[in-house]
Amino acid sequence: MKDYDLVIIGGGPAGLAAAIAAFENGIRDILILERDNELGGILNQCIHSGFGLHTFHEELTGPEYAGKFIRQVQERGIACKLNTMVLNLDSDKHITAVNRKDGLFTLHPKAVILAMGCRERPRGALNIPGYRPAGIYTAGTAQRLVNMEGYLPGRNVVILGSGDIGLIMARRMTLEGAKVQVVAELMPYSSGLKRNIVQCLDDFGIPLKLSHTVVGIQGKYRVEGITLAGVENGRPVPGTEEHYACDTLLISCGLIPENELSRGAGIELNPATNGPAVNESLETSIPGVFAAGNVLHVHDLVDFVSEEAAAAGHHAAAFIRCGGNEGKERALQVHCGNGVRYTVPEFIRPHAVDPDEKITLRFRVSNVYRNMRVAVYAGGAPVYRRKRPVMTPGEMETVHLDVCTLLQHPEANHITVTLEEV
Amino acid sequence: MTDVLIIGAGVSGCSIARELSRRKADILVVEREEDVCCGTSKANSAIVHAGFDAAHGSLMAKLNVEGSRLMPQLARDLDIQFEQIGSLVVLMSEEDRPALNRLYQNGLDNGVEGLRIIERDELRSMEPNISDQAVAALFAPTGGIICPFGLNYALAENAAANAVRFRFNSKVIGVVPIDGGWKVQTENGDLETRVVVNAAGLYSDEIHNMAAEDTMTIVPRRGDYFLLDRSTSGFVKHTVFQLPGKYGKGVLVSPTVHGNIIVGPTAIDQQDKESTATTQAGLDTVREKSGICVKNLPLRQTITSFAGLRAHEPRHEFFIGESRPGFVDCAAIESPGLSSSPAIGKMVAEIVDSILHLPPNPDFIPTRKGILNPQKLSREDMARLIREHPAYGNVICRCETVTEGEILDAIHRVPGAKSLDGVKRRTRAGMGRCQGGFCGPRVMEILARELGIEQSQITKSGGASRLIVGACKDSMKGGSSFEGL
Repeated sequence: MKDYDLVIIGGGPAGLAAAIAAFENGIRDILILERDNELGGILNQCIHSGFGLHTFHEELTGPEYAGKFIRQVQERGIACKLNTMVLNLDSDKHITAVNRKDGLFTLHPKAVILAMGCRERPRGALNIPGYRPAGIYTAGTAQRLVNMEGYLPGRNVVILGSGDIGLIMARRMTLEGAKVQVVAELMPYSSGLKRNIVQCLDDFGIPLKLSHTVVGIQGKYRVEGITLAGVENGRPVPGTEEHYACDTLLISCGLIPENELSRGAGIELNPATNGPAVNESLETSIPGVFAAGNVLHVHDLVDFVSEEAAAAGHHAAAFIRCGGNEGKERALQVHCGNGVRYTVPEFIRPHAVDPDEKITLRFRVSNVYRNMRVAVYAGGAPVYRRKRPVMTPGEMETVHLDVCTLLQHPEANHITVTLEEV
Repeated sequence: MTDVLIIGAGVSGCSIARELSRRKADILVVEREEDVCCGTSKANSAIVHAGFDAAHGSLMAKLNVEGSRLMPQLARDLDIQFEQIGSLVVLMSEEDRPALNRLYQNGLDNGVEGLRIIERDELRSMEPNISDQAVAALFAPTGGIICPFGLNYALAENAAANAVRFRFNSKVIGVVPIDGGWKVQTENGDLETRVVVNAAGLYSDEIHNMAAEDTMTIVPRRGDYFLLDRSTSGFVKHTVFQLPGKYGKGVLVSPTVHGNIIVGPTAIDQQDKESTATTQAGLDTVREKSGICVKNLPLRQTITSFAGLRAHEPRHEFFIGESRPGFVDCAAIESPGLSSSPAIGKMVAEIVDSILHLPPNPDFIPTRKGILNPQKLSREDMARLIREHPAYGNVICRCETVTEGEILDAIHRVPGAKSLDGVKRRTRAGMGRCQGGFCGPRVMEILARELGIEQSQITKSGGASRLIVGACKDSMKGGSSFEGL
């Protein structure tokens, strides 16, 4: 098999944007490996609008948003293999993959971009007691059945978890003729976007019960009902049980980056994100292996996936052109201060970046915060401050750090991102 | 009139069917569910007990030790995933040592090979994650782990290859003596047979009571389990039990043949024979007990929890024998039933043979090949397989790397998979960490195509377990509320 400079694992929004950016940075031998039968990833089943407001300043559906990137990939003649599953990636960047046409094959590119996306947390991982009948779907599986195949997985629905896909599916199931009775959320706040709560629940009169969870599932063959209960300190409160007769339970309880290949290659992962630990160039612990999109950390908006992946494509291109710049300088670790659950990147090498550029730091907060300030310190010195009226765990925060400001603090041995009272 | 009608296509019924197919006979297995392996056989600890636990002198002890001895050869003959990894019964408190010694002696009396008591240091070197409080353990090198579905399917397929017939979705509602045999009434028609074998698991009391003069009672004893992600593989290397004693009766922590860790079970007696629902209390019990004899068990890596029911009979003994002329019971088969199944098959087949005096089957095929797993082939063989059969290059289940080729094989075997769970138990598609989130709709597509039915007819596990209830907006198209809008 032909050898490529760059192989991108995954043809969803991250893989597509990374491929285009690498091409624009002069790389020509690029191959995208996609396990589904078309490019676009999960966007293809996201037929609702709301994509692209940041990137294109217009409101697109998922397939429309994906289509813009797919067209750019095709216009540039970037190669892709569909229906192709990567079985293994090793620490020397050998990729073993399989499909019906080429059979089993191995690639050995100069650089790899991981863009495998994420998967949904299933019912089993939540330890919900009860039966295990038909009619329990993750929201994304139901979304595929409804939007791609035209099937209705149920008529009378309860949704557990207020993640964005759950909220979107509450509206979608209602529009397709099902009755959505309630959305229950374990936490005292929703993990979804505010706009989705308004547009998908409030507008349809669907109640959102915060601090509630499913404590029982009835029905041996098909779901016949579920029991909700109030939650305090993470435990159901006895006596607060309510029964809902329904035929379907949709689950939207979190997304998990799909890093089986990364783990197999020995790439260091960040336990807070379940994604690779990367530096400011989005490079993993294996030189020449980059990561972007939901495989790195779960994003709230696809626009940011595209933006991050374009950066990964740019850095991968630089790696292919001049080899790694490892060893140039030791990396500063980024510490999570008050209220910060994780940051991406986890390491920053100020000298590896053009001094005129900015370093993008993305993070999520661990609770709902009002009127707080995001502050970044290099060692003890403040390098960034910005007041934020509201921050929630459901929305990703972004900080753009001036490289030249960082360079003014050569004594710093770490960077801290923290939330402060104003 | 058939020669033998076996009620129940669990591991006992299928083992009996396979043993009987060594003789020339017309054999029919009748099952109330849509597939084999739908009851107790599918939800258990997936282990083959060495046989030290069952009381010496009991039928349970005899058949367990025999079953454990037969299993390695059976696994080779029928291509079943089975590993003799050894088991440990851990002593947590010095004051319980007499109980450990009694267990050891009972094992010796039962004829279990290789038993020995190991002390703290050796135990720790064998199992680094064992509790710091652990004092010693009984080590049984013949303890094994097995794919319980694989065992059941292998026995059924080999029986079918030897002309045994299966009739599914046929719940037995009556067993009536007739001239020269029995009439077995099912929800799917009446059947006549010379001999009936009752291998009805949880319902073996009801079948017994239809035919016999005395009555027996099976109490469903529920066991709740956790199954952990394959990333926890290696946490323990043996099946680790806790010796009942000062800290109560524990739960086992064991590897599975698929590389997961299984933790459980509880033992909760209940009324309902259908209720395989887990409960919060049951899961909490497993969680608490699992931490006694191992440390830092990664329960956060749980991919699913489930419950199964054992066919417990208050005397805690297998009930095997000809209860009425031509009516053979194989009842009250609770743990160690899976371990004993090869010996149960032989014993019941001999009882039937003593009634019918069947001639040997000269065409008996003793072996069976399992579903080919391309991941287990060498790179060259795998590449050749995909060239010859491209379906093996089409990965359907990402988590367990199951290809379309394997799923097609599972569907077209006899007896073959008809539902999502049937495919899952045969191939592991949907059994991984995403629990079928990605591959479920694709397996449904393949099932519909191969079985020539609509996707809306596909079930999770037969009967009323429909996965799809209709088409988008169908209620609006035919409905009245939107008319005229």
